[in-house]
This record gives sequence, structure tokens and C-alpha cells, in this order.
Amino acid sequence: LHSQQYFWQITLRMNEDLKEMLESSKESLKLEAMKRVVGLIAKGKNASELFPAVVKNVANKNLELKKLVYVYLVRYAEEQQDLALLSISTFQRALKDPNQLIRASALRVLSSIRVPIIVPIMMLAIKEAASDLSPYVRKTAAHAIQKLYSLDADQKDHLIEVIEKLLKDKSTLVAGSVVMAFEEVCPDRIDLIHRNYRKLCNLLMDVEEWGQVVIISMLTRYARTQFISPWKEVGSSDEKAFYESDEEKRKSAEETKPYAMDPDHRLLLRSTKPLLQSRNTAVVMSVAQLYWHLAPKHEVNIITKSLVRLLRSHREVQYIVLQNIATMSIQRKGMFEPFMKSFYVRSTDATHIKTLKLEILTNLANEANISTVLREFQTYVKSQDKAFAAATIQAIGRCATNISEITDTCLNGLVLLLSNRDETVVAESVVVIRKLLQTQPSEHSDIIKHMAKLFDNITVPMARASILWLIGEYCEHVPKIAPDVLRKMAKTFHNEEDIVKLQTVSLAAKLYLTNSKQTKLLTQYILNLGKYDQNYDIRDRTRFIRQLIVPSERGGALSKYARRILLAPKPAPVLQSAFKDRDRFQLGTLSHTLNSKATGYLELSDWPPMAPDQSVRNVEVAEAVSRSTLAFDSDEGPKNGHSCEAGSRSGSGSGSSEESSSEASESDSESSSDSDSGTEQKKQSEAKPAQKVHVKPFLSCKLWCSVLAPSQVEEKPKKEVSLLDLDDFSPAAVTMTKSSILSPSVLSDLHGLSLAASSPAIQVCVSPVFVPVHTYELLHRMTGKGLAAQYHFSRQPCIYDDRMISVQLTFSNNGDHTLENIHISEKTSAGQNIHCFSPIECLEPEKSVTVSMGVDFNDSTQAASFQLCTKAEGFNVSIQPAVGELLLPVTMSEQDFSKEQGKLQGMNESSATIAMTPESITSQPLHRKVVNMANVGVVPSGQNNVHRFAAKLVSSGALVLVCVVQKDSGAQLTVNTEKTIIGSMLLRELQTVLSQGS
Amino acid sequence: MIHSLFLINNAGDIFLEKHWKSVISRSVCDYFFEAQEKAMEPDNVPPVIRTPHHYLINIYRDKIFFVSVIQTEVPPLFVIEFLHRVAEMFQDYFGDCSEVAIKDNVVIVYELLEEMLDNGFPLATESNILKELIKPPTILRSMVNSITGSSNVGETLPTGQLSTVPWRRAGVKYTNNEAYFDVVEEIDAILDKSGTTVFAEIQGVIDACVKLSGMPDLTLSFMNPRLLDDVSFHPCVRFKRWESERVLSFIPPDGNFRLMSYHVNAQNLVAIPVYVRQNISFFESGSSGRLDITLGPKQTMGKTVECVVVTVHMPKVVLNANLTATQGNYTYDPVTKILVWDIGKLNQQKLPNLKGSLSLQSGAPKPEENPSLNIDLKIQQLAISGLKVNRLDMYGEKYKPFKGVKYVTKVFR
Repeated sequence: LHSQQYFWQITLRMNEDLKEMLESSKESLKLEAMKRVVGLIAKGKNASELFPAVVKNVANKNLELKKLVYVYLVRYAEEQQDLALLSISTFQRALKDPNQLIRASALRVLSSIRVPIIVPIMMLAIKEAASDLSPYVRKTAAHAIQKLYSLDADQKDHLIEVIEKLLKDKSTLVAGSVVMAFEEVCPDRIDLIHRNYRKLCNLLMDVEEWGQVVIISMLTRYARTQFISPWKEVGSSDEKAFYESDEEKRKSAEETKPYAMDPDHRLLLRSTKPLLQSRNTAVVMSVAQLYWHLAPKHEVNIITKSLVRLLRSHREVQYIVLQNIATMSIQRKGMFEPFMKSFYVRSTDATHIKTLKLEILTNLANEANISTVLREFQTYVKSQDKAFAAATIQAIGRCATNISEITDTCLNGLVLLLSNRDETVVAESVVVIRKLLQTQPSEHSDIIKHMAKLFDNITVPMARASILWLIGEYCEHVPKIAPDVLRKMAKTFHNEEDIVKLQTVSLAAKLYLTNSKQTKLLTQYILNLGKYDQNYDIRDRTRFIRQLIVPSERGGALSKYARRILLAPKPAPVLQSAFKDRDRFQLGTLSHTLNSKATGYLELSDWPPMAPDQSVRNVEVAEAVSRSTLAFDSDEGPKNGHSCEAGSRSGSGSGSSEESSSEASESDSESSSDSDSGTEQKKQSEAKPAQKVHVKPFLSCKLWCSVLAPSQVEEKPKKEVSLLDLDDFSPAAVTMTKSSILSPSVLSDLHGLSLAASSPAIQVCVSPVFVPVHTYELLHRMTGKGLAAQYHFSRQPCIYDDRMISVQLTFSNNGDHTLENIHISEKTSAGQNIHCFSPIECLEPEKSVTVSMGVDFNDSTQAASFQLCTKAEGFNVSIQPAVGELLLPVTMSEQDFSKEQGKLQGMNESSATIAMTPESITSQPLHRKVVNMANVGVVPSGQNNVHRFAAKLVSSGALVLVCVVQKDSGAQLTVNTEKTIIGSMLLRELQTVLSQGS
Repeated sequence: MIHSLFLINNAGDIFLEKHWKSVISRSVCDYFFEAQEKAMEPDNVPPVIRTPHHYLINIYRDKIFFVSVIQTEVPPLFVIEFLHRVAEMFQDYFGDCSEVAIKDNVVIVYELLEEMLDNGFPLATESNILKELIKPPTILRSMVNSITGSSNVGETLPTGQLSTVPWRRAGVKYTNNEAYFDVVEEIDAILDKSGTTVFAEIQGVIDACVKLSGMPDLTLSFMNPRLLDDVSFHPCVRFKRWESERVLSFIPPDGNFRLMSYHVNAQNLVAIPVYVRQNISFFESGSSGRLDITLGPKQTMGKTVECVVVTVHMPKVVLNANLTATQGNYTYDPVTKILVWDIGKLNQQKLPNLKGSLSLQSGAPKPEENPSLNIDLKIQQLAISGLKVNRLDMYGEKYKPFKGVKYVTKVFR
């Protein structure tokens, strides 16, 4: 007790020292102290007392000190929640730091502090970081999603939104992390993957190794739900034949159609194949399981070589790989047979690896190679590792049952082993022989006799019990020896193990029934011994046997059947692999290794009977085209990140062949997706007789006869966009932080939390600069049977949702009878959120009505299609937004503009030169043309020949900056935005508009 | 993913713990100790252990157990591979991955672990990136640091992290531009008593030490690439070029790295460079045995065989060995029952021989199995498979580098 007190004193004093050092003004002292604190944490000692002293240093300039403080914070924040809140505002500030490393590490620490109070702050920080320009920060955001989810599962819906957004990210850095978040938060939302599927496949090669593993396992699950089975099923049609009705006949006719693999399915297989050559064993294994679960049977063989290669890796890797090979080799012997020698056991292998190799060798054994396998087994039996030798004997037994030709050879070999000096070997042989003999006892009475002779020398209880059972079971084959063995047993009954005693009782009973003349007294004697045994199992058994076989006055009913009960022919045991039904688990998973379901294991679904819609994976064609042009335009060299889209491991301005190969792959994937969508469209047109109205505002842009309203540049009073509702928040904070001393400071810190929009100088203006009056046709009156509909982008912020674009619909009834109940029934396009207008109850002939609805286009120009219904009929219609309508104007100062532009260099910038005819220069002020075409805000400019416009994308909030520099005969047009596709589309549109005369 | 990591030494002390999520009490390691006790030898500890609430995945390396705690489903290889990377990183940073080195550099270890995983998911595992984030300790730097108070932590995000070439840092400069490649081949063969080959295969690796300025783009081609049966590459190698042209085209990482490992088809006969005549027998009567081993060269293609070591795992009953070696010296460890005969260079004229008697435990039955022999050797300037590097070209930079290729063959049997 004294020493303990002493110890406490020491630690107390040490902590005092450290506290002093931490509070000193000298940086080096502080650093030294922090290093010692981290040392304490590493050893698992409690250093939580120092929390107040440490947390003061959180804003220190020294980067190493700061990092160590972060380490400390993350470790103890959970225990000291109130104090931890003190540090939050520092991270808040750091989240806006120009250095991406600092932004990222701030987010990392903020999200690692497991304090429930800051959940809303974390949520905001994640949302913001998800649209950060730096992919590294976005990656950190993806990690933070999981942390927040584990802290507060209620945030799921919001987090899914962020995941959805990040899934669209094209950076290879982000891909792995966001898929990880997806797997953790919402693995069942397979619909989020559809549109990113092809992108993920193409990026896979360039994603870092750990991300590859996660993506591949997710895609395996995805593919199992989306594609039909490539495995031809034999025999299923026979089963059906009996029940077949007309309907099913049709169905089976469909099934027998030659199987054609979905091109997307092929894409996945093709893009994962090179990864079999990865140096990372986990990647190789995950590709192997993907092929095992998804590839047509004849293609699976390519994984064999790579798996065998993994066997040269570390011991632990071998263990896992061998387990998976064991499962595979049960189903597909042929796969690994050529590599059988790789599974030969070495004397230096660990025991569990030896047993696994043995397992595989047994699985691989067949008539052709059994002699080599047995020869190999013979050396194993002599091994010094007795457990392994015993396992070998079992393996021999399994070979013997599987391959009937060698049963006799094996039996003889095993009988020879009975004279082995080692007990475990003998015991195991006896047990195996017993199992083998059960299959054909009549031919082997000599072996039973031999075993009975050996009985005296065998001491292992299991073996003795086995021999007793054998003799009892086949006592009719050895009528002379059996009673003698029983006699010996009666002598030694006392000293036997329980299991042997039980078998002795059984033997006695069986002999009593077959040969009661010789054994009646012996049996009585043994039953008496058993009656007074210490073990209750034996007493029970004895009592039961006595009642059964010894005829008594009362219960004679059962004893009539005693013979049939005890000497019933017993089915031979089936010797089978422990890996028999392991394939119910996905290969390569923890659950497979443990052979039981681990927490969080995601079931691999069966193939769907019918292929689900393929079109869900189509990404709009416009995007694809613009992407390809982008790829060709880029002259920025390898660093701008285009190369990662090229699906190959480029990343350098290397030789021309490299370039061409990447281009080839690009065009390859393009053409495949093109052809997909082509066939898809055809299919749709065949399938659906309903009319389809496609409006293409792109083309009609040229025909705009714009009526210009006086430009309405309005400087709205600055309205703080407070993302964190403080009114909601502060009372909660007060109630939670009970410590009265702390709460004011905490509160003041929390006040600093109100996250302003990404940059405080940029404001979204509420009203648009200019509203063009052009309307588009949604439904022609002829196709609509009297109902005509037109739509128009009102350029007003949508009242339903910030991410939506408001669209005004005008319905007019050109028919001659009243239309009733006009409404939107089903939204056919996935991924777009549509806020419907409230149904119009009735529309008189010659009348028209205007309603507004909101559509979230997700910042793409893909048409939003839905079904417009009247009471009587439904029409398929779609609204296609022009790229200019996806924007919301923002106002900012010229300085802010150039600052933001500076951040959006490189691949985020696209520019073009326009040749302007003299008339086009004079016809209209340039900025009018621009605002007519796109919903952008005008940035006041100091120079006459430079026009700047700013806007943000409605859905993602990404900035779009347009700059036009007029020169004498032309203009230089620059578009900067993070969304490169939108940028290039906008550029093209502007180019067309500006170069036109009128 | 990976929840916590415990480092445990052979004596069963937990000398480091790190948690990436909530803290898990170290009592969870009791399950590990239980398994360790059952396994008797460290090698036999099962890599995956199930406990009521967690799963423990461990590796044993350099006399340290790396025990990671997992809570949910994760591919076990993912964790195992990562743990090995951690061990390699320690090796890389501190010269060796031992308990002492880790304890001495506990702060750097902690900083490393913090960078390598975020929330249990690997963040930066590339040595080049980590070295830019956290400088490896050197005597000079620790002195400078203690005087000036500057830190080991990098101030900017490594460029590699963001570029598509994550394995190489920007702005590398050398005065001597050099690139060395070591072709190291290993024969892995099992021979039976009479000396016929049961199983033989050649595995090779190409280790590179590249010290080149700027962003060089290298192309390495072989005289006979058809020999290579199965290959795996460092991520820097462009797989498409390999598939179409059978050349290695890559932007190398800076410093030492393993460019590729390969396997030479076992079907073509492997030339075993030495032969062994061995006779180990135990007498039925009396507690003794005789041992006689002779080694001779065979198919060495005119090169000398070096570093020959013969290792024999004796049966448990062998108490001691009384032997004489004509060349080199031998040791016998009566505890582990391992006989090591270090021959050194193989003499062509006078074949090395080890001869003598073994004393056995009296009364014990004679071992039924003859012990197996393991032979390690090395041949310089020879790749046993016949693989030859044709040429190395560099694009993208102007200077002329110094290039070198070395061939080594090793044998394990």
C-alpha cells in the first residue's frame, strides 16, 4: 500500500512538472513537455489531468507542438467534453485557412473529437469541406462522414446527401474514402452508385491501393444486384418441366436465349483485371473474390496464378489466402490442380498453415494424382509435429472415402500405422479406420481382429472407445474375439475414461443381444459396475440399457425392439471438408475467415432473375462529349489531373505511345457508353408507345429574339447567410454546460461558430439581373390531345428548396372539353428531385393557367422527365435546362472576383477566343448578351473593355466566373469553375451567342 | 476499420497503444495472450482471433506482435497488409523495427501512426509522402532541433499526395544522378533423399535504388521477357505498356524501392547450383547416431558459390553433436535442436564435408524420421533463370544518369 501511495505521489509530481512546462513561455519547453505527454499516452498511462494546460496550446504556431496537442485532444476530448469545447473555435478558424493542409487537419481533429454537442458544427464543416477546392480536404470530409455517423446516427439523411455529392467527385483521392463512407453509412442505397458506376470502374486503376480494395468489394455487391448471372444453369430446366405452365414456358424460352453480358459487367471485369498484378495482397485478394463471384466460370482461372503468388508473402497473408483457396478448391478442383506442388508442406511452416495446405491437397486429390498425394502424405505422417501428423491421417481417410479405388490401399496403410510408436498417430488411425470400415465392414473382419489384438497396447481413450464400438457393431463378424474383449474390459472398467466406459456398456448390451449365452454374466457384472459409477452419464446409460435389454415383468414393450434399437444398421459417416459451406460468405471477408457472420457483414445477394434497367447507369451524353473535348484541349501537362480520367496509369507527359494508349482507352469507354445509350434509346422507343417530347433549348438559343428589359442590377442589402442557427443552438449549449464558470467562455466561443458562407464577400443576390421571356414547349397541343404546356425559367430562387430551379409551367386547354385533374404522376428520371405543383382541378377550354414547380437538376443538363397526367391520359414529357439556367447570380467586388479566379486556375479554367464581326460588337452591349444567355450577376468593372460576371451553381453552390476581355476584332472569353463540364458547356454557349450579330 | 493498435513484445508487455476511434481498454489483449499461450510458439498464433465484442488481427514481425482491434467486417488481408506496411515504415525510419527503436522514437511513431490512418482508414502509406510530412530522425537533425527549436514536422502538404504520381516528391535534386537495379533471384526447391527434385521454382525481385533529379521517366527492357511467368509491380509501373510491349515504363519513386517481383515458370527445369550427399543415421542400439554431409558445386556457370549455410532441424532426442568440418564452422543449439554449418565460399577442389557423431537421449526411442536439410547460398553476378536486362532509357530529363545492374542468385531449400 505504501508503494502505491508513493507511486501516486510520483505521478502527481511529474504531472505538476509537466503542467509547469506547458504553461511556460518557452516553446522548446512546451514541445518537450508535449513529447513526454504523448509518451505517456503511448504507454497507456492516464494523462487526462493535464487537459486544461494542454488545450491552451491548441492555437500555437509551432506545427509540431500543434500536432501533438491534436493527438492529445483526440485522445481525451471524450472524457473532458466541456474543456474540449474551448478548442473548437480554433478549428473553426483553421477551417478557413488558405493552406489546404491546415484546413484538412482541422477538419480531421474536429471530426475526431467525439463530443455530441458539436454535431451540428461538424455537419456544417463537412458540408463545406465537401465542396472544397482541394481534393485532399474533400477526402478528409469523406472520412469525417463516418466519424460523425458513428457519433450521431440521426444525421444519416444529411450525410447521405454529402456522400451523394462526393460520389460524383472525379478525383482519385476522394473515390476510395467516399465509397468507404458509403459502405459504412448507407450500403443499401445502391441507387446512388448507378450514375457513378462507370466512372468508378474507369478510375479504379489510379485510386490508391486501400481505396481499390473498398471500391472493388462494393462493386462486387453492386454487380450482384444489377447484372444477370453469367453462369449457365444446368438442370434447372429439367426441374421446371414438370410444373411448366404456358406462362413459364415463355419465361424459360427467354432464359434459354444465349447469354450476353451487360457491357457494364464486362467493363468491371476488364478494369479490375490488371490489379491482379498489384503488390498489395489485399488488392489481389479482392480482385480474386470479384472474379470468383462475378466472372463467367471459364474466366475465373486467371486469378489462380496471382493467388498462388501471394503464398510467397508473409505467414499471416498465407493463412488468409490458403483459407480462401481451400473454399475455392472444393468447388473448382481444376483451378488449382496444376499448382498442387505449391501446396506441399514445408517443415518450417506454422501448424495452422500446414493444416490448411493439407486441406487443400485433400480437396485437390483425384484418381490421377492420388498416388503423388499419398506419397507426400506418407512423409507428413512421420512429421515431428504430432498434431499435424494426426491431421494428415484424417486427410488420408478423407481421400479414401472420396476416391473408392484407393480405399483398400489407404486402409492397409492405416493398419500399418497402428503399430506406430506414437499414441496420437495410432489413436487417429483407429478413429479413421473405424469411419472407413463402417462403409464396408463385411470384407474387413481381419482388420477388426487385428485391432482387437492391438487393443491392449492402445491407451488413448478415443481410440479405445472406437475399437470397442467397432467390435460391438460388428460382433457377428468376430464371434470369438468379442466376448474376450468384453471380459478384459470388465477387469479394467474402473480405470477407464468415461468415454471408454460408455462404449463398454454399449458393447456389453450388443453382445448380450447376439450372444447371451456366453456374455450374460459379464453383462450383468458390467451393468452393476456402471450403476455405481461416479459419472451420472454412465449411471444413466447403464439404467437405460438395463431396462432395455433385461426382460422384466413390467415394461416389456421396448425390450422387444431392443435388438432393432441397438443393432440398427448405421449410415456411414461422411468425411467432409470443414470448408464445405464456407462459400456462403463472400470470399476474402472477415466472416469467411471466422466462418461466422461478423458484425457489419454485408450479404452478397443472389443474381437477379431478370436484368434490372441498364439505363440507370447512363450519364448524360452532353457530359461525355464535353469530357472528351476537355481531355483533348488540355495542354497543361500531367499535373492538372485530367490524366486520371484516362483510365490508365498515365500521370506524366511521357512518351507519345502512352498518350495514345490513354486516348484509346478513353475513346473506347466513350464508344461503349455511346452504344449503350443508343441501344437504350431504341429500346425505350420500342417499349413505350407513349409520346415523347424532347425540347432542346441548346439549339433554340440561336433563335432567341431577346427582348431586353432595362438591366436590373440590384444591390441588395447584405444579408448574412447564417448556416448555423444560433438561436436554436445557444440555449441548448447553456443547458448542457452546467459549469457556471465555463459557460460564458464556451458561449462566446460558440458565437464564433456561426459559419458564414464560404467567403463573406460573396453574396447571392435574390433577384436575377435579367429574365428572358423565352418559353419552351413541353407538350404540343396535338400530342397532348388538346392540352398544351409550355415552360419558362423564371430565374427566381426556388421557394421549395435552395437547390432547386424554379420553372414556370403554363397549361392551356386548346381542346373542346374541360380537362380535369392535371398533375405530375411519376418521375421517371432518377437522381433528380422534383417538387411538383399542386394538381389543377379543372381547366376550361380556351383557358390557360400558370403554375410553378421546382427541379433540382444536380448541376447537369440532363433532362428531368416525368409523366404529365390528366384525368384521362398521361404524357411523357421532359424539361431540359440550358446550362445558363443552372446558375444563380452572385454579386462580388472586383477584388474578390480576381481572388476567386486565382483559386480556380488550371483544369478549372477554360477559355476561348471569339472573332466578333463589327456588327456584333455594335449591336448590343456585350453584357446584355451574356445575361440573356445565362443567369449571372454583373461584377462592377473598372475597365471598359473587361466584363466580369459571377454566379454560382444552384445545386452544388460552386462558383462560376465568366470574364470577357474585348479586343479590337475579337474577345477573349474565360470561364472559371470547379465543375469543369459546366464550365466548358457554358463556354461554348457563350461563344455562339457572342459571335452572333443580333 | 482499424480501431486500435497494440504493440506487444515477446514477454507479453504492451509497450505501445494507439487508438483511432474511442479508446478500447487494453484488457482486450487478454484474449490475445490466451491464444498466444495455447499456440506455444509465436509463429503458431492464429492471425485472426475472435473475442466477444471485437476481432483481433495480428502479425508477428521482428519479435513484436502488432495486434489490431477491429469491430466490424473488414477484409483481413487489408489489415494484415497494412500492419506489415507499418512495420516496414518503422524499419525505414529507424533502421530496424525493434522494441528499443520504437520506444526511443515514440513521438515520431505516434506522429507516423496518426498520419497513416484516419478514423482507421489508411491515409498516407507511401514512404515518400510520409518522409515529407515527418522527417526521419538523424543525429544531426535532433541536435539542430534541440538548439533551434525547429520541428520534425513538414509545413506544407506533400505535392505527391495531390498529384497523380503520389509515390514521388517534387523538386528532387542530386549532383550524381544514379540508378541501380538489383536482380535478385531465389531458387525454392524441395529435393528428396536421393537428390531428385520434387519441386523447384524461381522467384525473383528487381530492387531499385534510383537517385535521379526531377521527374525522370524510365523504361527498362529485358532481353528475354518471355521467361517471366507471373509478375507483380510497384504501382508506378504502367501496366498497359507491360501488357503490350513487355517493357517496364515508370516514373520511379525517389530512393530504394521494389520495382517488381516475378516468378519464373517452374516447368522449365531449374538448375540447382549445388548437390548434397548426406547420410544421417541413428543406431538402433545405444544412444548415438552418425552424420555425414558433403556439398559440391553443380551447374554454377563458372561463378563461385558464396555464403553457403546448411541448417538441420534435428529431432528432439538429439542431445549434442560432436562433428568435424573440413571447411567453415558449425554450431549446435541443444535447446532449439538446430544445427548450423556455415561454410562460406564453396571450394571447387576440396569439397566441404561435415562428419561426426550425434549423442542421443538414452532410453528414448530412435527418431523414425531423418531430419531435413536447409541450404542457403548466394551466387553473385548470375541470375539463375537467365533473365537479362537489355537497356534502360530515360525520358523527360536532360542529364545523363549512371546506370548499373547487379544480378544475385540465392537458394533456400
